[in-house]
Amino acid sequence: MAFHETKFPADAPLAEKAVGWVDDRFPLTKLWNDQWGKYYAPKNFNFWYIFGSLAMLVLVMQIVTGIFLTMHYKPDANLAFGSVEYIMREVPWGWLVRYMHSTGASAFFIIIYLHMTRALLYGSYRKPRELIWLFGFAIFLCLMAEAFFGYLLPWGQMSYWGAQVIVNLFGAIPFIGPDLSLWIRGDYVVSDATLNRFFAFHVIAIPLVLLGLVAAHLIALHEIGSNNPDGVEVKENIGADGHPVDSIPSHPYYTVHDLFGVSIFLLIFSSVVFFAPEMGGYFLEYNNFIPADSLKTPLHIAPTWYFTPFYSVLRAITADFMYVLMVAIAAYVVFIWLKSRLPTKVKAAIAVVALVAIIGMLPSILDAKFWGVVLFGVSVMILAFLPWLDYSKVKSIRYRPDWHKYVYILFGLSFLTLGYLGTQAPTDGKTLLSQVCTLFYFSFFLLMPWWSAMGTFKTVPSRVTFHPH
Amino acid sequence: MSNEKQVDSGRRGVLVATCAAGGVVGLATAGALVSTFQPSEKAKAAGAPVEVDLTGMLPGEMRTVEWRGKPVWIVKRTPEMVASLKQTDDKVADADSKRNPEEYTPEYARNEHRSIKPELLVAVGICTHLGCSPSTKFTPGPQASLPDDWQGGFLCPCHGSTFDMAGRVFKNKPAPDNLQVPRHMYLSDTKLVIGKDEKGEA
Repeated sequence: MAFHETKFPADAPLAEKAVGWVDDRFPLTKLWNDQWGKYYAPKNFNFWYIFGSLAMLVLVMQIVTGIFLTMHYKPDANLAFGSVEYIMREVPWGWLVRYMHSTGASAFFIIIYLHMTRALLYGSYRKPRELIWLFGFAIFLCLMAEAFFGYLLPWGQMSYWGAQVIVNLFGAIPFIGPDLSLWIRGDYVVSDATLNRFFAFHVIAIPLVLLGLVAAHLIALHEIGSNNPDGVEVKENIGADGHPVDSIPSHPYYTVHDLFGVSIFLLIFSSVVFFAPEMGGYFLEYNNFIPADSLKTPLHIAPTWYFTPFYSVLRAITADFMYVLMVAIAAYVVFIWLKSRLPTKVKAAIAVVALVAIIGMLPSILDAKFWGVVLFGVSVMILAFLPWLDYSKVKSIRYRPDWHKYVYILFGLSFLTLGYLGTQAPTDGKTLLSQVCTLFYFSFFLLMPWWSAMGTFKTVPSRVTFHPH
Repeated sequence: MSNEKQVDSGRRGVLVATCAAGGVVGLATAGALVSTFQPSEKAKAAGAPVEVDLTGMLPGEMRTVEWRGKPVWIVKRTPEMVASLKQTDDKVADADSKRNPEEYTPEYARNEHRSIKPELLVAVGICTHLGCSPSTKFTPGPQASLPDDWQGGFLCPCHGSTFDMAGRVFKNKPAPDNLQVPRHMYLSDTKLVIGKDEKGEA
């Protein structure tokens, strides 16, 4: 087809002509309309739906402040700690850029955890939105990697020993473990080589992957359409204009809505940046104001708060607890054989895997240390399987049996308890509590195919619940 | 003529060969990039043995020296500390250092006190769990994070593993192994070399 230049009247505004010229060569207007301008979203969004936009805002903020930080930071074991102090004390407004970046990291995780809670409450991961969830899960993994790599860069005591512990996690893998840790560090201990490569991952490798995944997450969302607090598929009720009756274009409606949310967020965010950037040792840990010392571990080390729930799972796996796990796995296999309608072949495969795991858990085969690392990994990865674990007849918590809400509350509490325990020094009582929470955490997911289908469900309305104000 | 269904076997052959060659080049490049992650020649060369002068060490004193970037502790144990090892024998997971002896305990340290000289402990101060450096808790008796019958030893701040005065890990703790005793030997009564013994360099 021949190229066709759009003709405008001579007195058309210059901007209109310019956009027309671009549109003939690049789908600018089409992209804007597909992704936001004419993206029809359900009209009954509540405040839970602000966190996607906020995550986008924080992502941009982290990239921009990060670029300016790299202009002054030195990824060298002898210079790194000093260069961060230089940014804080000598670079004009450097302290602001750095506090925005460090507070932004914690804000990012708060927002993402709330964003995921929303998905859990309203079943946003359910068919046909499985890929949106998986892309989002991959973004979560990237964020964790990004936070971990970034935390080494100030080269303080917490940076150093945190990296030491996490890299050594890989050392628990049988046979290849020690060599793998060595390969990751590039030296026999965490050193200059490690710092340099972590810097490369933090500033370029992971952000590139992250941006690609964010694009995929949004493209998938805007293709399928957003879920909503009622879990009603709005596309099943199309109006005369070809758009869902219960939907409104994102622009200007959700633009204004989100700008309001952004202003509230920025109010809270700047209060933290200006008045409590260390957040009592949770956002910036006190020990990290001491330069890294490879000969001395600080008396109390804990990861930054956003890793602590999973870290608690790691710590909960002690040699004695292995017997509890063995019994739990055996009981789960029996339960699957009796209660699930899976094909016999699948059941047999599950039984074999479980048997191998139980044998591997014997004290003489593999250490509790190895299983701690495995369960630490599984506690994160299990989130990815949610779309295939949830058998509830309805998407939204609003129409589920009331007792499901208590299950969710209990799950939330055990997650928060694990998070709190991860910041504390271990004692016998706390270890026991973290073991109870760990068991509940895994049961929530592994038993979900059964409990999520149980109970009396309420009738889902055919239209969304909406009261104009 | 429908040319969709006709496969030119000559061209197909060239196509397969090109893809195979491209794949090999791609894999080789990836291999080179992956290899850059290994320790550099400079890092490998930095592992030389370290000599320590023990002159003037008092009973109960501990010195830390750096060997291959890791802290190595030299503890001159008091007679009470050595005696405490008898009482911890049945509370530690691996009293005779039988687990992974090649890696953690050289032959001359496979005994109750895990050392050449009963009073002098030489051990790498890195927890065998996840690599934190345990802190010293030499004072016996009940105290925070420790059992009431504590005899003196080390406590890892990261995950709570405890070790006795010979670096032996207590039962049911996250750390699977005793603290590593590096290969070492005495050049004279007051001269110790770490990272080297009669058999050669570690």
